Amino acid sequence: MLPLHTTGALSGLACGFLFGYILENAGFGSPQKLTAQFKLTDWSVFKVMFTAIVVAALGLWLLRLVGLMPPDSIAVPQALVMASAVGGVLVGAGFAIGGYCPGTSVAGLASGRLDALVFIVGLLVGTFAFVGLYGPTVRSVMALGMIAEGDTFTDAYGVAEPVVLAALVVMLVAVFFAGSWFERRGPGPVSAEQAVAGAE
Amino acid sequence: MSVSSPTGDRPVKAFWPPMAAGAALGLALLFTFLITGHGLGASGAATDVIAGTGLAVAPAATQANLYLGPKVADGNPIGSWMTWEVLGLFIGALLAAFMAGRFRVQLDGARSVGTSSRIVRALAGGVLAGFGARVAGGCTSGLGLSGAAALGVAAFVFLALFFATGLITSRIVRGV
Repeated sequence: MLPLHTTGALSGLACGFLFGYILENAGFGSPQKLTAQFKLTDWSVFKVMFTAIVVAALGLWLLRLVGLMPPDSIAVPQALVMASAVGGVLVGAGFAIGGYCPGTSVAGLASGRLDALVFIVGLLVGTFAFVGLYGPTVRSVMALGMIAEGDTFTDAYGVAEPVVLAALVVMLVAVFFAGSWFERRGPGPVSAEQAVAGAE
Repeated sequence: MSVSSPTGDRPVKAFWPPMAAGAALGLALLFTFLITGHGLGASGAATDVIAGTGLAVAPAATQANLYLGPKVADGNPIGSWMTWEVLGLFIGALLAAFMAGRFRVQLDGARSVGTSSRIVRALAGGVLAGFGARVAGGCTSGLGLSGAAALGVAAFVFLALFFATGLITSRIVRGV
């Protein structure tokens, strides 16, 4: 029965290899391309992310529907609203200022970018700072706004899963339409040549 | 159009179209869910490296730490699934960059904002993202991408604030 719950080195290497191979081919090793999402001139980040979310979510739903996977068998992040919001603010600011997020900084380093290595050093410093500050106070702030009813939209708000999936598909279409509209009115997506040459 | 790569004769290949890259990433994420029960991530490896290093350098303090203690209870977390996954991420991206003529050693952003300025920004951004990922319990991939595919409310809260803050911040500070 799925999922298999493998935890070993080979499983990690295989999943990571696919992840990294795709991230770099999408152009996400380039901080110029990544930050262009926030300048609204290149919507590749959101186009790729939302397509991936919809494909994976539909796949998981279909596997449950045909009985290949039992319900509630995959990890869902805990509905800690305050922690997710504060974390989103900090990671968003770090992305805009540093040019990467944690995963893409590894793809950036792998494509030869030394600024990505500096970002990774920063990640370790930030993680160390959090660990040092962590205690009852931080924990109680992070627990604010927790949704006790459940972690998914279905469990927390009683929205049927096909409705959530349909809303995601609508969001995906909206991202592609809005993104292409903005891309036509600006300089357009960052090309591979521009990314390799570096931001200017 | 293709220009010669600065690192060799391999021409620079175009990036995949977003829809193709997104579909491939969705299938890779689905594959990960099916063989592990959880999604892809990245920032968790930083925690494992800190915890593992702490265990080697200062075992008593690491075991006593409220956040790291539980992570080192079963031994050194360097060698966890997440650390192997991030190593795989590096190898996959390295191969992709080489095959497409996109590997080039550079300090990206040095020409746009200046060398020292770029180093300061990359470091500050990393600190913010590293700290923020621990507050949220995940980063763009672990919480945003994987959590959204699992239809988690937290993922969408994270993504909304991530996008809003990025939009505002990029108008105040130029990262690259």
